Amino acid sequence: MIALLLRDLRLAIRSGGGFGLGLAFFLVVIVLTPFAVGPAPAGLAAIAPGVLWLGALLAALLTLDRIFALDWEDGSLEQLALVVPLEGLLFVKALAHWLTTGAMLALLAPVLGILLYLPQGGALPLFLGLIIGTPALSFIGAFGAALVVGIKRGGLLLSLLVLPLYVPTLIMGAEVARRGAQGMPYDVPLALSAALSLFALAIMPFAGAAALRASLR
Amino acid sequence: MDETETSSERKSLWQYANPRKFMDLTATMLPWVWALAVGLTALGLVWGFFFTGDDFRMGSTVKIIYIHVPSALMAINGYILMFLASLVWLIRRHHVSALVARAAAPVGLVMTLIGLATGAIWGQPMWGTWWAWDPRLTAFLILCLFYLGYIALWSALSDPDLAADLTSILAIVGSVFAFLSRYATQFWNQGLHQGTSVPVATGGRSIDDVFFIPLAISMVGFFFLFLALVLTRARTEVRARRLSVLRARQAA
Repeated sequence: MIALLLRDLRLAIRSGGGFGLGLAFFLVVIVLTPFAVGPAPAGLAAIAPGVLWLGALLAALLTLDRIFALDWEDGSLEQLALVVPLEGLLFVKALAHWLTTGAMLALLAPVLGILLYLPQGGALPLFLGLIIGTPALSFIGAFGAALVVGIKRGGLLLSLLVLPLYVPTLIMGAEVARRGAQGMPYDVPLALSAALSLFALAIMPFAGAAALRASLR
Repeated sequence: MDETETSSERKSLWQYANPRKFMDLTATMLPWVWALAVGLTALGLVWGFFFTGDDFRMGSTVKIIYIHVPSALMAINGYILMFLASLVWLIRRHHVSALVARAAAPVGLVMTLIGLATGAIWGQPMWGTWWAWDPRLTAFLILCLFYLGYIALWSALSDPDLAADLTSILAIVGSVFAFLSRYATQFWNQGLHQGTSVPVATGGRSIDDVFFIPLAISMVGFFFLFLALVLTRARTEVRARRLSVLRARQAA
């Protein structure tokens, strides 16, 4: 399992695909926002927490179909399924996705927050909300990727399937960032984000493994 | 299906998992269901539109309730039906139940859209806006997206058994998240939508008999309309499946 995790991490970093792409996309969204809504600091500061969360969510979404697609195409997914239980496989794949996107996005977001005039006190809650909330994005996303694994060009379908499942996570995470930016206590939405992440962590490997099993049959 | 096997299962509901039994039963049921659907829906709507007075605050816009509430009800019930049929497919692998789940999705989607559209038409004069990010409205929009994703997944897969498996898993996971979304949206924003007019759980109600009786008739009518549409579509699915089997046999 650990070998598999290291393999996925190495592949993500070296092949130059998933890892850099998601972060670059996040950067693009944040940099383009002021051009679209205007450079006024007050306006940007008001929407900063929401835009940062939305950008992180879209960046995670963009890299989802790489979780299984490459292994499916060259047949190594079937080989792996012989060695590792599918639940464990999905867990490791989702964890690798989170380490290369969610965790990195959480580190990058407070820096990009400066570009959007995110208030000083808002950086820590933004980081906490992302680091606690994004595992849900990766695990739900890995489930979605398992559903569409056998479908050619399933990327667009994947985003349609995953979008409604992301709503609770986005609501809670953005609420943490918004309350933090306004200097309000944010422990309740943070606890609820943690609950959502743990729930996804517990349930999604089984649901995703069921989907993989059907596709591999 | 041979005689011995069916006779041992005669007492059970599961005998209708046999496609032939399902087709026989629905063939005799369907004209009655359609008659009830058309009759009750027409009765409820005509009564509601022409033979009830206007509400003293809402005026004649109150009449949209006779379409809005029944369609919203069936939009949610359609999803519950899909969830149950998906469970039956995953546990007992009866093809009819997978086809019923598939047949229910577009009907549920249309009901959701009717609910959203009539709500917007009512909301414009009453709330002064076509749309508000109210928890109930948001939850319905998410329901609409669920239906779209579910239908898209069905149509993206050519292998029917695989499609049934994957869509069933999606329906079950989706149901869990539908509940989460419902409470998350309540946390997120305060509601503009009024409370339910017919709370089943408490047995009370907040509308007068004058409006309630045609509404109840219309709700029952929509239930039969939904049933009739789903059964008709499921029969078409069964026939389409038979045709594709025949074609495959001919090609072999």
